Amino acid sequence: MNQLSQTLERFGGVYLLPVFVGLIAFVLIGAPSSWVTLTVAGLSMGMMIFLMASGLSLIFGLMDVLNFGHSAFISFGAFVSASALAYMSGWLGADNIALNLIALFLAFGAALAFGLVAGWFFEVVIIKPVYHDHLRQILITMGALIVSEQIILAVWGGAPVTVPRPAFLEGSWLFGDVTVEIYRAFAFALGLAVYIALYFVLKRTRIGLLIRAGVENREMVEALGFKINRLFVGVFMVGSALAALGGAMWAGYETLITPALGGEMMIVVFIVVIIGGLGSVEGTLLGAIMVGLIANYIGFLAPKLALASNMLLMMAILLWRPSGLKPAVK
Amino acid sequence: MSLLSLNQMKTSIGQYHVLHDVTFEVPEGGVFVLLGRNGAGKTTTLRSIMGLWKPSPGSVHFKGEEISGLHASDIARKGIAFVPENMGVFGGLTVEENLVLATANGKFDAQRLKRIYQLFPALEQFWTKQAWSLSGGQKQMLAVARAIIEPRELILIDEPTKGLAPSIIDGMAEAFAEIGQSTTILLVEQNFNFAKRLGRGMAVIDDGHIAHTGSMADFAADTTLQEQLLSLSS
Amino acid sequence: MTHSSPRGALFIKSVVLLIGALLLFAPFLFQETRSLEVAARICIFVVLVASYDLLIGYTGIVSFAHTMFFGFGAYGAAIALKQMGPGWDAVLVGVLAGLAVSIVVAIAIGLLSLRVKAIFFAMITLAAASVVLVLASQLSDLTGGEDGITYKAPQVFKTANKLMVDDAGKVARVFGVKLNGKLAAYYFVFTSCLVLFILCLRMVASPLGTVLKAIRENEARAEAIGYRVVAYRTFVFCIAAVAASLAGSIYAIWLKYTGPDTALSFTIMIDILLMVVIGGMGTMYGAVIGAVLLVLAQYYLRDLMGAASDALHGIPLLPELFEPDRWLLWLGIIFILLVYFFPKGIAGTIWDKGARS
Repeated sequence: MNQLSQTLERFGGVYLLPVFVGLIAFVLIGAPSSWVTLTVAGLSMGMMIFLMASGLSLIFGLMDVLNFGHSAFISFGAFVSASALAYMSGWLGADNIALNLIALFLAFGAALAFGLVAGWFFEVVIIKPVYHDHLRQILITMGALIVSEQIILAVWGGAPVTVPRPAFLEGSWLFGDVTVEIYRAFAFALGLAVYIALYFVLKRTRIGLLIRAGVENREMVEALGFKINRLFVGVFMVGSALAALGGAMWAGYETLITPALGGEMMIVVFIVVIIGGLGSVEGTLLGAIMVGLIANYIGFLAPKLALASNMLLMMAILLWRPSGLKPAVK
Repeated sequence: MSLLSLNQMKTSIGQYHVLHDVTFEVPEGGVFVLLGRNGAGKTTTLRSIMGLWKPSPGSVHFKGEEISGLHASDIARKGIAFVPENMGVFGGLTVEENLVLATANGKFDAQRLKRIYQLFPALEQFWTKQAWSLSGGQKQMLAVARAIIEPRELILIDEPTKGLAPSIIDGMAEAFAEIGQSTTILLVEQNFNFAKRLGRGMAVIDDGHIAHTGSMADFAADTTLQEQLLSLSS
Repeated sequence: MTHSSPRGALFIKSVVLLIGALLLFAPFLFQETRSLEVAARICIFVVLVASYDLLIGYTGIVSFAHTMFFGFGAYGAAIALKQMGPGWDAVLVGVLAGLAVSIVVAIAIGLLSLRVKAIFFAMITLAAASVVLVLASQLSDLTGGEDGITYKAPQVFKTANKLMVDDAGKVARVFGVKLNGKLAAYYFVFTSCLVLFILCLRMVASPLGTVLKAIRENEARAEAIGYRVVAYRTFVFCIAAVAASLAGSIYAIWLKYTGPDTALSFTIMIDILLMVVIGGMGTMYGAVIGAVLLVLAQYYLRDLMGAASDALHGIPLLPELFEPDRWLLWLGIIFILLVYFFPKGIAGTIWDKGARS
């Protein structure tokens, strides 16, 4: 038994979980083509959720700040990019991949820029006065969430908003009898690119080193002569921008969004960071992929269970590992 | 002029006044030992000097300059290093990364690195290992190494011998004696034999105020005083 | 809160007593159907907020599942009344079923939180509450889904029921108020809520309340005691759940309708949060003040904002911000400002002011 667990550890430990889940699902689903479609859907969903959740996890890890308003950035990202896309619908529909791409990246850029600015504002105005006070933090960020949702309602109204997609991301690829939606593949690729970039920054740069050290022991980083608050503002801005980007991608994935989107995603994001382990980017990715895969598999195998699947997954993992799958070393 | 001077330092944590009147001077050079019973306020004193708790204004001077009220990071940049009781090693980082983080610009000074290798050969051996996998003694070496990777004028060390095997404590004492030749060390210690071996000057803190200060040689000779202030059974 | 010269305390207590008196005579003072609705809603929310204050104010734990327990109680009574027909047996079965579910879930969440970090508590309760909300709208056979359930209350509470008749055989009137089932229902709500509120008050004054305060005041020392802190917290969590569940059942009997909007929605949770913060966390009396202010605002502030919105007509964006539906926006801003500048809320701030002078 011990030997088995050591072997498992050598091959990736908890990182093997999604593979196991995929294998079990493969057996249960039986039809390889459906399995591939579902797996791609699950992976791309996981990647988008990862973008939304990574910031929350790092922000908590670094500063012990639990931002209940995080989902506001997801909503704003979705709506800002939807508006930008609608504004550039001429370019989006053009039979010209270059124009398509420019429009898409401008829209995502708008969401990112909004996330950066709003994140800065949020950190400096809302969060800074209540560092080290969890109760007031939760209350204040919750209040900020209420206000943000109301602003979205005031600006965009309560009716569902249609999100146009660029022409080159419409449709699916066919490999034999396997269909893969192009947008999903794109979402997966973009999410993966962001993860790799994050990974590189955290592992290879001095800033990344500081962030990882700060997550473990904030005081010691300060005692080494670094101002962690300044670092934290930066992390908060980037985390918020990533959430906005995730929201923007999610909007394109859903193609029809309502102001309820933020609230719905918040629950998923919380579940992801809890099962992944707060403070760790790898854990968040793992949690997001697990949630994405299981949501799609269960949605196919037992649609009635789909709603509770995330909750059950979280409870199972917490009973097994109370600090989550891959928490940051504390 | 003394390197560090504490003048009627008071520190409150929340609503509790932990330090009432901490006054002593740490001269430049050598090891200065701060002794005291459990809960007397030793750790709080170090943390207050470092700016991790807020001491009363005007109570801490370093090289004649007031540092009470400064942010911990600014105090560190004045040339004070801190080795906390739990060592404060970043477990998820490798030995190398832990040390790189403590350098001023991300580059090692070859000379100082060589000295660290000589003092603590284990660190060179485990250079690329994550710090959580080190033994307690090795973590303590890493924590001390981190404090001397850049030139510092004062190192605050909190109970470095806690939980370490006697053989490792001997090695640690030698290392401190060497470091103390070029840098001043303010050492908080429960292990009186260890403290006696290293200390030049000393102070005893009791219930948040300084009960005695003087030379270690005198204090080591006066067993009555030791009994009275530390209730040492040995 | 000092004991010397408690002018602020006296003031707060008088205000609360006055509110109590107004609620007691509400049917006679405000003879409108809408006013009675408002009064009953205030009674219910006083209990909800007071029991929530046990958690957030006295124990320092933040739960987003309080509405969930409220919903368990409401749906318990509603489903029983629907399935078994109007009658006290149905009420009893419904109340007990709601209580049982609440206690089991509260213990389950409590036990789960024994194993995880305290900070997860808020997130886990939020996740649990959202799952229950979704379940309620999915299990439409039992819960009526989004539409909810309409049912009849026990015979005594029917509007047509005559409590007393005059010489002509018509329902008797006292000061012009019909002594009918509606009146009986209101006093049922008022009395049960009063009893529950007094129980909450008694609890914070009991030795248990002292322990809870000690935990809240000194986390570090409480941590040192170890698991007992968690045990106390789980216990309080269960007590609060029971109170919320009972309040839910009472509300279900009063409304004769239970749906996600009246019993489970996240908006109610936000209302509770606003009330407890505006009223004053950890004061109990603040629950009364917060509930009164918020419920009145809900019913009457919208009219005011509608007028403001019309007045600002033609200016870009401003009319949208003053839309009656946007009242939460302004409450949200007030909420944030309160948490910053008056974290003790109205009751706590006035209480301390009196003590200082």
